[in-house]
Amino acid sequence: MIPAAGVVRSPGVSRARRIRDRAFTAGVWACGAIALLPLMLIFAFVIGKGAAALNLDFFTKEPNPPGVPGGGIVQAFIGTGMIMGLAIAFSVPLGLLTGIYLAEYGRGRTAGFVRFIAEILLSTPSIVAGAFVWAVVVVAMGTFSAIAASIALTVLMWPILTRATEEILRLVPDDLREAGLALGLARWRVILRVVVPTAGSGIFTAIMLAVARGMGETAPILLTALGNDFVNTNPGAPTDAVPLRIYFYAGSPVVQFHALAWGGAITLLAAVLVLSITARVLSHRQLKRVH
Amino acid sequence: MERDGSMTDSVVMRASDLENWSTGAPDGARVRNAPAGDIEVVDLNAWFGNHRALRDVNLSINGRAVTAIIGPSGCGKSTLVRCLNRMHEEVRGARVEGKVLFDGRDIYAPDVDPVEIRRRIGMVFQRPNPFPTMSVLDNAVAGLKLVGGLSRSELRERGEWALRAAGLWEEVKDRLHEPGARLSGGQQQRLCIARALAVEPEVLLMDEPASALDPASTLRIEELVQELKERYTVVIVTHNMQQAARVSDWTLFMLYGEVVEFGPTSKLFTRPDDQRTEDYVTGRFG
Repeated sequence: MIPAAGVVRSPGVSRARRIRDRAFTAGVWACGAIALLPLMLIFAFVIGKGAAALNLDFFTKEPNPPGVPGGGIVQAFIGTGMIMGLAIAFSVPLGLLTGIYLAEYGRGRTAGFVRFIAEILLSTPSIVAGAFVWAVVVVAMGTFSAIAASIALTVLMWPILTRATEEILRLVPDDLREAGLALGLARWRVILRVVVPTAGSGIFTAIMLAVARGMGETAPILLTALGNDFVNTNPGAPTDAVPLRIYFYAGSPVVQFHALAWGGAITLLAAVLVLSITARVLSHRQLKRVH
Repeated sequence: MERDGSMTDSVVMRASDLENWSTGAPDGARVRNAPAGDIEVVDLNAWFGNHRALRDVNLSINGRAVTAIIGPSGCGKSTLVRCLNRMHEEVRGARVEGKVLFDGRDIYAPDVDPVEIRRRIGMVFQRPNPFPTMSVLDNAVAGLKLVGGLSRSELRERGEWALRAAGLWEEVKDRLHEPGARLSGGQQQRLCIARALAVEPEVLLMDEPASALDPASTLRIEELVQELKERYTVVIVTHNMQQAARVSDWTLFMLYGEVVEFGPTSKLFTRPDDQRTEDYVTGRFG
């Protein structure tokens, strides 16, 4: 226990020094509060503006024409689900395998090069990824599509997953790898059955964070999925997504659409929040397991 | 040599051993009719990068006996045992030259698979390292389960056999499905020994297996080593000379990566040939 300041007040600690200490403490607390403020304001605003839009229709109906009240953005939810499903299917295996390669096998130049590429992709502006996939996939397919959008998101999610997987696998003690190898298990078996499960929830955390990141991306989807006012379940056709709908409706002159945009913002925020909190809880547990 | 013949016998014997153990035969010595498990080290040198950790080591390790390796820290004792099952090469920058003949065959020959060698020459490490995601039983049979091919009941039988052989069964039989990491340190180390025994190796290498344990657990491990030598070739690295004197039949004293003296434990501790050995075992240095 740290003794209270009053108990051990020594004659050497001057009044001015105590005042400076209090002022600094107060300043730090104030900065903390200011940092929290934007987050609180975002929550308050989004919930205040969008809560009214949340009803059953919002989640189950397509948008009504301008002037007809009500309607929903079900096509955006289905579209986001489809795009994210495909993006997860592409990026998770790719990201995990690259991460395993970097942590367990990668030595020397090749590994350095792969790590460098991941680093660059990690800091690539997302609209550049969108433009690239537009040029390569959309133009070649002759149509905007959910597939193109999921490829654009894969370009963004792959490096996140790769670097996170590598870091997490490096936290697994070498003792366990040695124990596995000394049992006469082949290296790949030790990695897949001992190392990866030990890092299990950490890897799951990385997946959650990558999905949370991908779900909110707008620019790359704009250039690849295009958007759609109607439900589309064909991955090869233009598809809507929640961030796109927010983008379209927020800029729309039709006032009834503004509420739908705020509603979309609430659902997106809630989904990202759930993913992030789950990721946090899991990574906390992971730390306890490794140490 | 009649080794091929006895190899076939050993398989039969092991199967029946297994039955006896699993039907509740008491802990204790069961002599297995296995190959001798002799190890012959010829001109062995090992490096970590540019550091030469072993210098021209020559050595004959006898089967079904306990050989202790003693010496001050950094003398290469751990490196030597890790060269005996090809674990040394797993360290980045590590390199080995020379031969290790196991039952007459060089384990460093180009056509030899290190995975196969490690299956036959098991290892227990200084720090207990049970797999944190697995239960007590799964840990014990990890070397079998992760390869596949055995049914659940066969695994359970092998697990019980291994846990009995490691003297842990009575303590964990009611907690087989708890995480292995929840056992005490000494129990975890015996779990690691069970895990190594479950794949039925011929040799067990132990790298300071008791140095992280309390005195009671250490005693338990030492008793276990005595039981194990009836069936296995045991090589134990220790920095504790009393431990070497208590458990081993043969002792190897190393200094600066070289073999100083190798002989029967009683002789090495009472009438060593080399002055340096005498200085070390009488506590004058190290």
